[in-house]
Amino acid sequence: MTANYETREHDVLIIGAGGAGLRASLEALAQGASVGVVCKSLLGKAHTVMAEGGIAAAMANVEAADSWKMHFRDTMRGGKMLNNWRMAQLHAQESPDRVRELEQWGALFDRTESGEILQRAFGGHTFKRLCHVGDRTGLEMIRTLQDRGVQQGIDVYMECTVTRLLMDGGRIAGAFAYWRETGRFIVFKAKSVVIATGGIGKAWRITSNSWEYTGDGMALAYEAGAELMDMEFVQFHPTGMVWPPGVQGILVTEAVRGEGGILRNKVGERFMEKYDPKRMELSTRDVVARSIYTEVKEGRGTEHGGAYLDISHKPAEYVKKKLPSMYHQFKELADVDITKGPMEVGPTCHYMMGGIRVDAETAQSTVPGLFAAGEAAAGLHGSNRLGGNSLSDLLVFGRRAGLAAAEHAKRTSAASIDDAQIEQAEKELLAPFSNSGTESPYAVHRDLQEVMQNLVGIYRTDEDLKKALVELEKLKERAVKASVEGSRLFNPGWHLSYDLKAMLIVSEAVTRSALARTESRGAHSRIDYANVHPVWEKKHNIIVRETGGMKRRESPVEEMPEELKQILAAE
Amino acid sequence: MAEATLRVFRGDADRGQTVDYRVPVAPGMVVLDALHYIQGHLAPDLAVRWNCKAGKCGSCSAEVNGRPRLTCKTRMDDLPQDQPITVLPMKSFPKIKDLVTDVAWNYRVNRKIPAFTPRPGADWKISQLDVDRVQEFRKCIECFLCQDVCHVLREHGKKEQFAGPRFFVRVAGLEMHPLDGANRAGLLKDQLGLGYCNITKCCTEVCPEEIRITDNAIIPLKERVVDEFYDPLTMLFRMFRGR
Repeated sequence: MTANYETREHDVLIIGAGGAGLRASLEALAQGASVGVVCKSLLGKAHTVMAEGGIAAAMANVEAADSWKMHFRDTMRGGKMLNNWRMAQLHAQESPDRVRELEQWGALFDRTESGEILQRAFGGHTFKRLCHVGDRTGLEMIRTLQDRGVQQGIDVYMECTVTRLLMDGGRIAGAFAYWRETGRFIVFKAKSVVIATGGIGKAWRITSNSWEYTGDGMALAYEAGAELMDMEFVQFHPTGMVWPPGVQGILVTEAVRGEGGILRNKVGERFMEKYDPKRMELSTRDVVARSIYTEVKEGRGTEHGGAYLDISHKPAEYVKKKLPSMYHQFKELADVDITKGPMEVGPTCHYMMGGIRVDAETAQSTVPGLFAAGEAAAGLHGSNRLGGNSLSDLLVFGRRAGLAAAEHAKRTSAASIDDAQIEQAEKELLAPFSNSGTESPYAVHRDLQEVMQNLVGIYRTDEDLKKALVELEKLKERAVKASVEGSRLFNPGWHLSYDLKAMLIVSEAVTRSALARTESRGAHSRIDYANVHPVWEKKHNIIVRETGGMKRRESPVEEMPEELKQILAAE
Repeated sequence: MAEATLRVFRGDADRGQTVDYRVPVAPGMVVLDALHYIQGHLAPDLAVRWNCKAGKCGSCSAEVNGRPRLTCKTRMDDLPQDQPITVLPMKSFPKIKDLVTDVAWNYRVNRKIPAFTPRPGADWKISQLDVDRVQEFRKCIECFLCQDVCHVLREHGKKEQFAGPRFFVRVAGLEMHPLDGANRAGLLKDQLGLGYCNITKCCTEVCPEEIRITDNAIIPLKERVVDEFYDPLTMLFRMFRGR
């Protein structure tokens, strides 16, 4: 019965082939580990390709006064002090080296007059520190990492989805997965597993995130007993497309504002003056998103319910050169020429600050042998992420996770695989084929997206969040009954019925945490608790699986050492 | 609301036929939206590859009304609505199911190409002009539409001998990197089969990133190969230098 799967063995198994996963794989390989990378989509097509802003690194190529201390300070302030200070420090210190390394592996960036890597301004950064190439830095990064990985010898299992982590007592033993193409099963034996599966945007109706972003890794870690942290902090990027309906949510990069784009409401006011007169359009994303939302709510929104973002005052050639993807995206999908007129934009679910709780130095979760890096991990960004800090996060903590995972594998003996776990995983995965009834996974997904969009969005209330928990319970019951027809050969309906399970776990974690945090901080805004509260400044929400189900606990924010406090205090 | 008919291939490597589906047409709708509608309401096991829906990941390649396109960038209102809109999988790759094809061959070809190799003693100061020239090639989203349309692969099936336009773009992106020191001319001539390209330029026509594949990547690479292996003066010098 359990012989219907193939088996592969690696020292380190990495789930996810975006920037963090690939960087981790290179580091683990450099340490001599045998590395397997599993990804849901084709190699090189992870969500990292969408990143348009740049990599934040205090290289001081354009503004000499920049330093890691300034970057650290901006990150902590952006996160409203809820960040893991040690992660913020390491990130600021190590990012410049990671960028130089990427360049040495062949990545090409835009240059200054003197031939150095060019850096641009971005929201929340005091100095110009985003290393970029046009508006496709993410593509450049992933191609560089993917090509190097392939040449160095990582084994890539493409279009393969992990549905369960296998455990040996309290530690990691491997993973159970299926091939999307054939539906056949594969068991990975591994001493270390790195989760780099990104975020959870697909649980909301309007999102900039790709098809892959169903929170798989967070759900896997949760099921394996690892702690999740800061789940209430979901970033709504202020500028997603609004019209036509099919493109709602697709990202309009912050780089438009970094290059001089201006926000106006229906009556032509540059409204950011009311909300953040000092930084205007380059305020942090949570502030800009709430500003646009408020303008629309109070009746000053555009025809399709957004704000106007205008860069047509810049020379057309400059816009086409610096923002080619935006130019094409609006021209082809919305019939708008951004060199001639404004774009309609509005908030879109974009990034997950919360995720798997990890140790700052090693990226290890609370389960031995299980590591996490990138968007799937929590801590670096606190309650709100600055633009540009994600690509740098991927490189810095991808490397640390790969390093620690390889070292862990060296120190550890092989774990034994439990057939009972495999049998259970197979049974759960195949259940939709034998469920009778008419519940369609697509319908459940659509309904989940409505619940999260309407009840767990930018502005939250006690009533909405409680209602959301009730709705999520109903959706969980429906998801268990979801049925699919056809065969296991590339069957997207069947694939979705597993993805739904992950989305529901993560959605519940977000909602429970949001309900508990009775304050507004960073990206988490409560209409009923509109201000920050000193008690909550010192606490994280932790979500963990116990025998009774999902439980929420609190954990104190670690206090930072004196010398770092001084950096924050200085002006 | 207006409706259109999508005629979509359903089947696998052994058998299949097109099936007609009626879909409602909303303003600004793209073909991928229509495919999602079919999945969500009419045929839940319709196999479609997609990811970003914004023309950046290159996952959703198919042939719409006979033309290789990204389905997320093909507007329904650009197509005649009074007849069925055909959506077929890419012809040059083995079928897996419905619109999903096996593109693994591309990843195998990639392994043949030596990676970026910095010149010894490279000074990491680069001019924007040098970056601009090669950026065109590095925009490639690996949608494989150029591979799909090139007759050398599509009609003549020369997958063992010919790497295809995508990989000439990749080699150009490496050869023209200002700090790359490797020489891939021999590779182009022998293993990658650059000579098979006879400048038909269908690849350039279908590239969603508007990379001028033939003019800017393939022809300059052909010139390099010719310079190195077919130039009588070079061959003469080589005889004396004993290379």
